[in-house]
Amino acid sequence: MSVDGKPIGPGLSRKYLLGADRNGRDVAVRLLYGGRNSLLVGFGAALVTATLAVSLGLIAGYFRGWADRVISGVFDIIWSFPVLLLAIALGTALAIGGLDLGLFTIGGSSLWIPTLVIGLVYVPYLGRPIRGQVLSLREKEFVEAAIAQGMRPGRIMFSEILPNVTSTILVFGTLIIANNIITEAALSFLGAGIQSPAPSWGNLIGDGVDFLATAPHLAIVPGIAIVLTVLSLNVFGDGLRDALDPRAKVRLR
Amino acid sequence: MLRFTVRRLAQTFFVLIALSIITFVIFNVIPNGDPALRLAGRTPNPAVVQQIREDFGFNDPLPTQYANLMEKTFKGELESYSNGTNVREELLRGLPNTASLVIGAAIIWVVLGVLFGILAAKYAGRIPDRLITIIGIVGISLPVFWVGALLLYYLTFKVSLFPPGGYTPLTEDPVQWLYHMILPWTTLSILFIGFYSRLLRSNILDTVNEDYVRTARAKGLSERRITTRHVLRNALIPIVTLFGLDFGAAFGGGAILTESIFNLQGVGQYAADSIGTLDLPPILGTVLYGAFFIVLLSALVDIAYAFLDPRIRLSG
Repeated sequence: MSVDGKPIGPGLSRKYLLGADRNGRDVAVRLLYGGRNSLLVGFGAALVTATLAVSLGLIAGYFRGWADRVISGVFDIIWSFPVLLLAIALGTALAIGGLDLGLFTIGGSSLWIPTLVIGLVYVPYLGRPIRGQVLSLREKEFVEAAIAQGMRPGRIMFSEILPNVTSTILVFGTLIIANNIITEAALSFLGAGIQSPAPSWGNLIGDGVDFLATAPHLAIVPGIAIVLTVLSLNVFGDGLRDALDPRAKVRLR
Repeated sequence: MLRFTVRRLAQTFFVLIALSIITFVIFNVIPNGDPALRLAGRTPNPAVVQQIREDFGFNDPLPTQYANLMEKTFKGELESYSNGTNVREELLRGLPNTASLVIGAAIIWVVLGVLFGILAAKYAGRIPDRLITIIGIVGISLPVFWVGALLLYYLTFKVSLFPPGGYTPLTEDPVQWLYHMILPWTTLSILFIGFYSRLLRSNILDTVNEDYVRTARAKGLSERRITTRHVLRNALIPIVTLFGLDFGAAFGGGAILTESIFNLQGVGQYAADSIGTLDLPPILGTVLYGAFFIVLLSALVDIAYAFLDPRIRLSG
């Protein structure tokens, strides 16, 4: 029993489908709202990663020269950071004080913080392959034709080259969303992601781990939710790759 | 080759310097990051805060503070703001624990990952392949900390098969060491086994359709020789690269979750504790330590690659 007499533990009643947590909050409801937060951060961070990685990758690969050197250098630096360490450090630091960017401020418990932190640390993982592809695509005849027609670089990048890297973006994007959901869960579990009292699957597991002896379902159920979501995204990503990349459909004779 | 190696190592050095500057800046621009206020306690007395600022040099201009920190880092004199412990000593104390965890787990994940990858490719499309594919994709979808917590609870507290976390040095008691490491090794390697077996499977299936394999077969080489000398050799190259990067990342703080759950007192756990108190010197120390392993191994991978494939040397 928790403080106000509502059941902790497997109170599988009609009213409390999964019982209540130590503060008497309905776990089933928190699981649903937590899922919303976890998915928002997972997809939002992937959007941040994709936007930055695609624009930087296009610029670096298309212009080469010093633009490429600067952008590749930035990728190298982020790549070399111990990712989890960086994300935890940023997440913890920002959760305490929030972020004041002059024009707008982000509160310490805002969902934006884990979204931006996770989105930023994975930029090189998508940016590098895109840059590589753009480097080879820009030598193709259709780009040459576009240049000969007098097309400006911006238009060539977005309407000639970008469509050719969409399959990479889609496949990597799906896998990055899956990865983000796990990263967010890990950060929240350590207290560096979504901040309590807002629920997320990660901090539900974190709370539940203390009750493994009396109410194991508190930690197991949100974990299963993560596994099923991430598993579906991974299966979907695999299928997408097979569908978009004919080379991947190799079969033994 | 020598020029490539020198250039790659010089680049590594610059990346480390850049990382230290970024870490320093992050922890100096965040609000509430003022270490003097935190050191002064719950109800800070302005005079005490001023004194702490003087003592720790927080009043100096930022570049001077950075230079002082880096000087201390290179001399090994970096000390925690919150409890005055020497960062290098703490890192060295945690290193054997992290090394035990990561090296042991790496052996498990490489052996099983490669084994499963080869089996899946050999029986492509049949039951063993399906099974391994399913295990692999489930493996990469599991949150490490969740698996660790459940394993720890059910195998330790429920049936007491394993010790409840903690670390026993190998030199002290090898049997206890092994006994304490089994669960952490399992937890850390599950994810990588999934990745490696999937990658190797698709690499092998790509390689068997290459022209040089057809040539080898046309030359009349035995199937066994084709498999080991031509297919496996080429299919394993990306695995070697990936292993270099993963091993560096795990050594450099990536095992932070596994260490925390099993209370292994390694470098990752030290980093997590320092981050919790926003203690800049240990954070700087662990970030540099972690990044060092990551950049070192990725430089080694690149150099090994250039050694194997001359095309990279020319373009890099």
